[in-house]
Amino acid sequence: MTAQVSSKAGAHQSDLIAQDIDAYLQAHEHKSLLRFITCGSVDDGKSTLIGRLLYDSKMILDDQMAALEADSKRVGTQGGDIDFALLVDGLAAEREQGITIDVAYRFFSTDKRKFIVADTPGHEQYTRNMVTGASTADAAVILIDARRGVLTQTRRHSYLVSLLGIRHVILAINKMDLVGWSQETYDTILAEYRAFAAQIGITDFTAIPMSALKGDNITEHSDAAPWYDGPPLMALLETLPVEDDLQSRPFRMPVQWVNRPNLDFRGFSGLISTGVIKPGDRIKALPSGRESTVERIVTFNGDLDQAVAGQSVTLTLTTEIDISRGDVISIATSPPPVADQFEATLVWMDDEAMLPGRPYLLKIGTRTVGASITEPKYKVNVNTMEHLAAKRLELNEIGVCNLSLDAAIAFDPYAENRDLGGFILIDRISNRTVAAGMLHFALRRSQNVHWQALDVDKAARAALKGQRGRVVWLTGLSGSGKSTIANLVEKKLHANGRHTYLLDGDNVRHGLNKDLGFTDEDRVENIRRVAEVSKLMVDAGLIVLVSFISPFRAERRLARDLQAQGDFVEVYIDTPLDVAEARDVKGLYKKARAGQLKNFTGIDSPYEAPEAPEIRIDTTKTSPTEAAEQITAWLEGELDYSI
Amino acid sequence: MAVAALASKPGISPATLTHLQRLEAESIHIFREVVAECENPVMLYSVGKDSAVMLRLAQKAFFPGKLPFPLLHVDTTWKFQAMYEMRARMAAELGADLLVYQNPEALERGINPFDHGSLHTDMWKTEGLKQALDKYGFDAAFGGGRRDEEKSRAKERVLSFRSAQHRWDPKNQRPELWRLYNTRKATGENFRAFPISNWTELDIWQYIHLENIPIVPLYFSQVRPVVERDGMLIMVDDDRMPLRDGETPMMKSVRFRTLGCYPLTGAVESTAATLPAIIQEMLLTTTSERQGRAIDHDQAASMEKKKQEGYF
Repeated sequence: MTAQVSSKAGAHQSDLIAQDIDAYLQAHEHKSLLRFITCGSVDDGKSTLIGRLLYDSKMILDDQMAALEADSKRVGTQGGDIDFALLVDGLAAEREQGITIDVAYRFFSTDKRKFIVADTPGHEQYTRNMVTGASTADAAVILIDARRGVLTQTRRHSYLVSLLGIRHVILAINKMDLVGWSQETYDTILAEYRAFAAQIGITDFTAIPMSALKGDNITEHSDAAPWYDGPPLMALLETLPVEDDLQSRPFRMPVQWVNRPNLDFRGFSGLISTGVIKPGDRIKALPSGRESTVERIVTFNGDLDQAVAGQSVTLTLTTEIDISRGDVISIATSPPPVADQFEATLVWMDDEAMLPGRPYLLKIGTRTVGASITEPKYKVNVNTMEHLAAKRLELNEIGVCNLSLDAAIAFDPYAENRDLGGFILIDRISNRTVAAGMLHFALRRSQNVHWQALDVDKAARAALKGQRGRVVWLTGLSGSGKSTIANLVEKKLHANGRHTYLLDGDNVRHGLNKDLGFTDEDRVENIRRVAEVSKLMVDAGLIVLVSFISPFRAERRLARDLQAQGDFVEVYIDTPLDVAEARDVKGLYKKARAGQLKNFTGIDSPYEAPEAPEIRIDTTKTSPTEAAEQITAWLEGELDYSI
Repeated sequence: MAVAALASKPGISPATLTHLQRLEAESIHIFREVVAECENPVMLYSVGKDSAVMLRLAQKAFFPGKLPFPLLHVDTTWKFQAMYEMRARMAAELGADLLVYQNPEALERGINPFDHGSLHTDMWKTEGLKQALDKYGFDAAFGGGRRDEEKSRAKERVLSFRSAQHRWDPKNQRPELWRLYNTRKATGENFRAFPISNWTELDIWQYIHLENIPIVPLYFSQVRPVVERDGMLIMVDDDRMPLRDGETPMMKSVRFRTLGCYPLTGAVESTAATLPAIIQEMLLTTTSERQGRAIDHDQAASMEKKKQEGYF
């Protein structure tokens, strides 16, 4: 019964197995491994495709085949013909039982490769599941139903594939038999997808017209599409490069385990993430920055002359330096940066929404540290790729946030290294894995650890000015006296020979921020821009005075997070509402009370007073001049001009 | 020879790792992660071929150190004699701390596969495992489960969390991303870890072949006394096996594709007496591995149920 669908590739292998098992074994011991994910809904023929791959690579045995035939007749959707989807479906019942299925893994092999397919079922949890499956994939097969073309879900799948940094994308334009193998249809879909893919950063992909159901362009080039001269799917999967580029990158190995069986042996065990290592190579341990030289690469099968990305090894060093689990060993000439604050993309995976400021645990590589997250800068609509304002992230939502860690870690941007840039967040109470994240970049360099001083850096610029750059952030109600005080402080600092700049809320809104209104999103953006500008100015060595109402703690936190520790001085100009309102220098309170001004801080929009400002000025007891003196004295006393 | 094949050869520029090298590295990584992050891990040692590979991988993970955890054999007293011999041999060769646990209640009641049906597995294995884990307070147990074994295991995670009562809560399992395993748990909770999740049966055999790993001789064909019962060839391994009317042990050349309690494990007729011959036979065979186990012959969902109860 299998005659008409029997795979030629499978038959060929069987001959070799039967005639020369030793030759077969030798060949198969040198197979490589490709992990890929299939993306698409049931309607696109995803299950059929996986079933077909299993079948064509002869992974279906007689008892399974008999069951498949019986099931195909009973519940199949192919009118009694073999329904390949039944080979991999069967998750429906499990869903009914409430079993969480993120990803099902299937295995097949050809004479060139072993394959692990991550199959991600389910619509409701699609983002979470697909991200999980994609995290370990070398390649992605994105299915499109030729009758329906590029759909919203195609865009969503592609975005997630791009987000997870999968390098090889295969566009399987399936069900071509149902559109009469029309090249025009194929070309139209291809053009549309190409335009979209470029927008989300997928620059390279391979499209294949196919029919998973009929087996066209799966293992053999199909005669149905003479106009297609590319490889069938299996041939493509067999030849995609795997992880080879990892070896050309700088050596990195997160330390899993310090192997110390006796006093004479001290080895550092881990899985090499990138690069190549040899005895005699100079290495650096991070975050400590201490250096040593590799003495031996120890394995059960004997010492190695070199080890490469993807191998689990144990290194011994020529000198005894302090390295523990969680550290990263890197090649000394090209170490990863170390930092404790980052911008990252988060994929929220828990029923309980992400809470900004809540302490989570972050596991990256072999390191686990405490972490808190700021409010999302934005979240992404995975269907349209639009950026939306968000206060939190719900299950299956994706957003960009800042992270602040309890300790500095060695890292690489996720785009360069999955192991040193991909992390999970763990809830401290429930111990659940609540999010997956991808580091973009550090918000600042850690204070204590410098890898390589830039020739002219922040400290150098500040030193030339004989000062330390800082942000003095004055917050308080409208009419509290911020601008008056800030102006006086700048005059005093200027008189003292300090290099300063004053960013005033109103003034900035006339220029840089004149496109912004007073909605919540715009307020956040207003502060973000001012915070970024002040960061540049601090980097230039200036003392920056910022006079902004900045009513929300989260926004001030955001501004603080951008600066190095100690570089942000929050000054709370504490004026009670009734006093400010009584002064009403600009007549704004009157307007707000009359309902002519919406979202006015203190009236119909809250002011969240700082909890721990560096300086607090009570303007009911302190005159503006006294206040300016206090602030200046604090700054001059604090500033360490010796740096 | 076999040893050199897996190691990088000197002077050769880096090449793509083979699938077995990548699987090996992944398994070693899982062993190390669990040991580094758990307080009291154990490896469940069942003496079969998967256990043999697991043992080798564990040795590799901690070489030149000894295994940093004991081996636990949850015994039913009904394993093949050859398995008990192999167990003793491996423990001695590795200098491993071997714990053998037999459910005292099952022992006292004389639970056996002939008279007690599924109660045999429930009491000796499922209950026995729970009792052993509780007795020693293990918080992590390595097992040899593979995702290719059957459809319901395809979605199984590498770390499988259990409540303090050893219940597997399907709704409370954690997503596993990249190479990151979340091993955090509350006091009393524990988990099973499956370092060879991504290996297939063929991978296991190839690795045994390449690495020259000792396995129980029952995997190789030999003339053995068997009776045909309920469609399976059952080996008469000792005189505790009651023969039914008309049953006389026949001498047949057979081998076993999986090993368990001898009265529950079906042999296959075969002449494959070497590893390549076994692999050859396996590749050309037309039935799946688990068909030889009586335990799975009920319904497909039975494994799921067993897992919820703590067996795996």
